[in-house]
Amino acid sequence: MDAKVSGLMFEEMAKKPAVWLSGEGSNSQVVLSSRVRLARNIANTPFPSRADTDAKERIISFAKTAVEKSPELSRGTFLICSQLDDLDRSFLVERHLVSVEFTACHDLSALLIGEEENVSVMFNEEDHLRIQALASGLEIREAFRLADHVDDELSKFLQFAFDSSFGYLTSCPTNTGTGMRASVLIHLPGLALTREIEKVISQISKLGLVVRGFYGEGSDVWGNLFQVSNQTTLGRSEEDIVESLERVTRQIIEYEESARSRMFSEAKDQIEDKIWRAYGILKYARALTSEEVLNMLSALRLGIGMGVISTVSLSQINEVLALSQPAHLQKYFKKRMEPGERDRVRAELVRSKLE
Amino acid sequence: MLCQDCGKKEAVVNLTQVIDDEKVILNLCRECAEKRGFRNPLEGVPFPLAEFLASMLSQTQAQKPGKQPNPVCSACGMSFSDFTQSGRLGCGNCYLTFRSQMDDLLRKVHGSTQHRGKFPQATGDVMKPLREERKLQDELKKAIQDEDFEKAAQIRDKLKTLTKKI
Repeated sequence: MDAKVSGLMFEEMAKKPAVWLSGEGSNSQVVLSSRVRLARNIANTPFPSRADTDAKERIISFAKTAVEKSPELSRGTFLICSQLDDLDRSFLVERHLVSVEFTACHDLSALLIGEEENVSVMFNEEDHLRIQALASGLEIREAFRLADHVDDELSKFLQFAFDSSFGYLTSCPTNTGTGMRASVLIHLPGLALTREIEKVISQISKLGLVVRGFYGEGSDVWGNLFQVSNQTTLGRSEEDIVESLERVTRQIIEYEESARSRMFSEAKDQIEDKIWRAYGILKYARALTSEEVLNMLSALRLGIGMGVISTVSLSQINEVLALSQPAHLQKYFKKRMEPGERDRVRAELVRSKLE
Repeated sequence: MLCQDCGKKEAVVNLTQVIDDEKVILNLCRECAEKRGFRNPLEGVPFPLAEFLASMLSQTQAQKPGKQPNPVCSACGMSFSDFTQSGRLGCGNCYLTFRSQMDDLLRKVHGSTQHRGKFPQATGDVMKPLREERKLQDELKKAIQDEDFEKAAQIRDKLKTLTKKI
């Protein structure tokens, strides 16, 4: 596929939010998405950071052959990184199909996007293969099932670096074993506003899980969005990791719900005012930055969750969330724009989507 | 406070980590933090643990000069000191070359050195009894914890038969 074709494909993709933002799946009011990634390397070949051009080319050609041989995977789209310009790469990051690290990729990196866009495989990133699956809502099990299946499919044609004691061998020892990182993207305005989030974070870190804010510039967490993921990958089975993340996420949801009801019983007027103001800004503003949209959408999402606002749906919010990101916006309107112009166009788009 | 690496600029990154009762405090300026691999969260760095471990390992090594062996991987040419600099291994064979060091490191990071998860499909058939054995051992442990001794006895019998096969 040449660069022009992939560019057009992304413009087509940008018309609607990614599958993982469909708003479906369990607890999708609070949990935006679940993700599982598996790190794999080809046996007897240096890891990407130490591989020369020949070795990297060999990996890409192995990968390509494996994908072509698999009836299922061959229906996806295989892209060599050099076919992607900077906007394409940012678009893929916003869509959670590649990591931020992958945007610095070179000719010797490649990407497979599954037919349904819920799985992707990065080749020659930190490891030879990074298999990834996404699902909307609290569906870690489903995300794991998808990633596991792609792994099985690829392992029919590729021999992975594996040791019966250490498990899957990865470039970084923090991924050794299952090579698995499972995570949820979770919206916690109740815990953030009542300042209980730090307590929850420190509790969770004792359980072998990591919580990170979704940071923009500076140290403020944007949109009250947090990512919870497993920290250890060795000594536990994949099912174990999925199960513990799911259990802890359910607990966080409970904390969040009780924080919300406390907040509403103590400061109903202020909270409602905050929600309606956010709605007003999104509906009538003439220029909006990404950060502003993310923060206003957080209030709106809370408003829907608490039954304050009923004229906007969760899927509308998710659509705005996806499309208002810088690269999405430019793909959607099929032109490159400077930040100032983007803010104007973004406000226009948000207005039209919230009609 | 000044950066402990360059001693010139104001330290803006303060990090404390306790591993095995050993406390390490780092006070760094932005540039030196970046040099050590602690970058702005905006750049999407997943977790600076690897870099941190690498710096810890090199610090421990520096404290005991000359005493540390420095094995070199025969497959990719990476030495153990290369690894402590970068925090990334060179290839699968490095794990075997640095086995004893990796045992220590992996135990520190994960609290375990034994894989309990999936086996690759291609080797699945050969490894199946081994995997089954591990699964039964886990089940046995749980049964004993739950004081379900009848179940424990059953599992033990299964294990015996399986061990004969292996």
